[in-house]
Amino acid sequence: MKFDTPATENPIDRMTVVGKPIERIDGQMKTTGRAKYAYEWHDDAMPYAYGYPLGAAIAKGRIRAMDVSAAAQAPGVITIVTSDSMPDLKKAKRNTAKLFGGKDIHHYHQAVAVVVAETFEQARAAAHLIKVDYEEGKGAFDLEASMESARKPEDGEPDSAAGDFASAFDAATVQFDQTYTTPDQSHAMMEPHASIAAWDGDALTVWTSSQMIDWWRSDLATALDMDKEKIHIMSPFIGGGFGAKLFLRSDAVLAALAARAARRPVKVALPRPFLMNNTTHRPATIQRIRIGAGQDGKITAIAHESWSGDLEGGGPETAVQQTRLLYAGANRMTATRLAVLDLPEGNAMRAPGEAPGLMALEVAMDEMAEKLGQDPVAFRILNDTQVDPEKPEKAFSHRDLVGCMKLGAERFGWDKRSTRPGSVRDGDWLVGMGVAAAFRNNMVMASGARIKLDREGILTVETDMTDIGTGSYTIIAQTAAEMLGLPLDRVAVNLGDSRFPVSSGSGGQWGGNSATAGVYAACVKMREAIAQSLGFNAESIDFADGMVISGDRRVPLADAVREAPLIVEDTIEYGDISEEQQQSTFGAHFVEVGVDIATGEVRIRRMLAVCAAGRILNPMTARSQVIGAMTMGVGGALSEELAVDKKRGFFVNHDLAGYEVPVHADIPHQEVIFMDETDPMSSPMKAKGVGELGLCGVAAAINNAVYNATGIRVRNYPVTLDKLIGALPQIS
Amino acid sequence: MKSFTYERATSVEAATKAAAAHDAARFIAGGTNLLDLMKLEIETPTHLIDVNTLGLDTIEATSEGGLRIGALVRNSDLAADERVRRDYGLLSRALLAGASGQLRNKATTAGNLLQRTRCPYFYDTNQPCNKRQPGSGCSAIDGFSRQLGIVGISSSCIATHPSDMAIAMRVLDAVVETVGSDGAKRSIPIADFHRLPGDTPHIETELKKGEIITAVVLPKPIGGKQIYRKVRDRASYAFALISVGAVIQPDGTGRVAVGGVAHKPWRLDAADEDLPSGAGRVTRRLLLDAQPTEHNAYKVKLVERTLGAVLAEAKG
Repeated sequence: MKFDTPATENPIDRMTVVGKPIERIDGQMKTTGRAKYAYEWHDDAMPYAYGYPLGAAIAKGRIRAMDVSAAAQAPGVITIVTSDSMPDLKKAKRNTAKLFGGKDIHHYHQAVAVVVAETFEQARAAAHLIKVDYEEGKGAFDLEASMESARKPEDGEPDSAAGDFASAFDAATVQFDQTYTTPDQSHAMMEPHASIAAWDGDALTVWTSSQMIDWWRSDLATALDMDKEKIHIMSPFIGGGFGAKLFLRSDAVLAALAARAARRPVKVALPRPFLMNNTTHRPATIQRIRIGAGQDGKITAIAHESWSGDLEGGGPETAVQQTRLLYAGANRMTATRLAVLDLPEGNAMRAPGEAPGLMALEVAMDEMAEKLGQDPVAFRILNDTQVDPEKPEKAFSHRDLVGCMKLGAERFGWDKRSTRPGSVRDGDWLVGMGVAAAFRNNMVMASGARIKLDREGILTVETDMTDIGTGSYTIIAQTAAEMLGLPLDRVAVNLGDSRFPVSSGSGGQWGGNSATAGVYAACVKMREAIAQSLGFNAESIDFADGMVISGDRRVPLADAVREAPLIVEDTIEYGDISEEQQQSTFGAHFVEVGVDIATGEVRIRRMLAVCAAGRILNPMTARSQVIGAMTMGVGGALSEELAVDKKRGFFVNHDLAGYEVPVHADIPHQEVIFMDETDPMSSPMKAKGVGELGLCGVAAAINNAVYNATGIRVRNYPVTLDKLIGALPQIS
Repeated sequence: MKSFTYERATSVEAATKAAAAHDAARFIAGGTNLLDLMKLEIETPTHLIDVNTLGLDTIEATSEGGLRIGALVRNSDLAADERVRRDYGLLSRALLAGASGQLRNKATTAGNLLQRTRCPYFYDTNQPCNKRQPGSGCSAIDGFSRQLGIVGISSSCIATHPSDMAIAMRVLDAVVETVGSDGAKRSIPIADFHRLPGDTPHIETELKKGEIITAVVLPKPIGGKQIYRKVRDRASYAFALISVGAVIQPDGTGRVAVGGVAHKPWRLDAADEDLPSGAGRVTRRLLLDAQPTEHNAYKVKLVERTLGAVLAEAKG
């Protein structure tokens, strides 16, 4: 199905199943342990062996020699595959860091060997016995020190401009110019990267944990230099990804190579420290923001420049993205610069670009509002735009930032916020409120699905879409149930298998809308197939309560199935429609914090998110997405930082004791409101992404609340007490 | 994890003898720290002696009016003991500030005292660390040191002792009772139990080879307001950036020990004496010889302000 004109009325608009707060249909499987995760396909991969990876002990250099003699003789060891004994694996276009092969070391904990043994403990113990002689090279590990050498990236749109920023800024009555930093962050999802690989002749089956089945399949084929069609990927359940599992990682490659060498299935889970130093992370940024405005508070000039680093050949963190679209202002510029750093690969983590970008921009807006003597909510409303400010001829498909701000302010009790920072006390706590806008672009991706209707009237949906804890199973079932007029328990959903039609996958908050739109397309075909089978006129047919209805005739759905089940397949594809208007999602985050007056410890008191993101397909799973994202924002604001050892070139706090994500005690109260809206430009579902929107702006709202509580402005994240302690008021 | 042999101890005597007979033996009780370290091959014992069978899990009144806490009393049980809650509130509070419910259910009194540092470089076997591998150097001093020690440190090591419980034990003047491999019993005041790093940071306590902790004895209760204040980046399940344990009497005198700043619970008699003069003076005494790094210099001010809050709470 080609989607190239705005959606009109369709069966989804009935909202009898779609839009309902339905508990996730895979929930019971997960809570009872029956949902199989990548490392758990024991019965299907007998007789499997365990692979344990060894990571490079240096950040940059070369392997001079590897001595595996002791490891090879260790109890239980079946085989050892070493990097120096084979050429570099061919690098897929979506990978920056090399995954395995060769003698060159490009970053700390780059995989240099995998030991295969009968038990996990034997493999791990033997891996420790491998001796590697390194020739250490000199690397660059400090973003700030590398700013001078940063270059304009070749891909994308690193620079943008409209009007004449420099002149307008110079002429502005009120000028603001500040620099912010955001640290490297880790996805820190619960389930580490893990794969089981099994060869059958030249065919390979990999059970893994992947957000994007087809990307992995293509990239694994490239890495192993084999025919993609010979690879079968399965990833039906995923214990979190946040972007860490968008791209093929070393676990799948090591498992495949190890299984080939061992001549039996091998499972490899990356040890926790590998998450930080072997895989990808959100890169640190340095961001300069300048805003010029008239005394009336209208922005006349706005500039956002961002610097980040990555391995040679990598990409930048596009932290200026939202600044191109969020606020009005005739004169504007953005610039993105990229330095080469020899740290592990920087890449997408939940809301790449906007998440760190808004950490800076929305504090800058708070600072500017104060400079202008304006309320931060009013200042944002004043500078709203309904068109792309760089291309005023291009309107937003639907934009209700103002509605989010107004409703949020009312519900949160924003009018009770003191305009004088540091003036509200509650016992030993300094109390403050903060606000930030949420913004994340809405991307659409082609997505396919296959649908089968059997004689029992069970509808089965198959697509390689993934459910990374987001609720994909549930909203896909809701979509199919709505389209065919079936109760939810007559719909089965199978995901995450490369034998199924290629879907959008999960990433960039595109999955929910795109994958259900693909199911919608296939369901339209199924409705036609059923009509044809029953001899009904497809134009005047209706589907409800398990029946096919045409005029006075009501026939059970299953009657459309003769001998063989009805099977249809389709893919939703997008014409230029996504280019005609700017599709984005909007929100407002409100946060109240307490700051301990003695210690500077910051604790969240309450949070509210108001989201305008098109049709909400399931308010329960959507809410889970948003509160999870808000929680991630708390970590981003207050504790999460991969500490760089700038001398040795690695992330030091590479476990969950050192890299602190929020715990339950940090999150006392969260509320989420969804604006009741649809966006017919996005897809037949009229839905948009929401899973990343929930994160965008959270950290800035917290930081602004800390300022309101203390009068201390922290421009270097995370907002930890050591950055507050020197400026807190005297205590008796 | 390296292969090891394992035995269940049948008596204290057998346990100490077995420990003395092996080159690299370790007692194992709750295992909440040791097992992690073994998986990472930071600890590589060749023989484990399981002491969970030894009893030593009761809390009994002493004839001096104090409590004898068995080495194997679990942290959860110790924190919940009625006598501890009534007479040694500081200890209960410190225990509950540490780890998580699950860990406290496993962790023991003796094991808590013996837990090893959380310095990130100690945990990464690719990096030099004098504590893990004597003579290899210290990566932390010129590395990432935000969590690490500021006082009593050496050019060999700036690690801190991570225990909350030990801070309370230090304030309460607990005594560690041990039995050596020769059967000799010792009573080691907690002040002398942990060592400063000096140039042998791998030697962390006064325990001799084969020596086992059988109990920790609390002297009779000293009353006063007993406050434990742990400062951390998140609200729970995090090691202290710093912590302050104090017992303050109505006249303003008292005792104070600080955690998260040194290789052992940090308490000085002279600082105790200054308590009536306020947090500033006490902190200056306590941290007179502090040599913080660029990353952990904030701890000096943090100790002073936290102690100030503790003293205010004691008054209020």
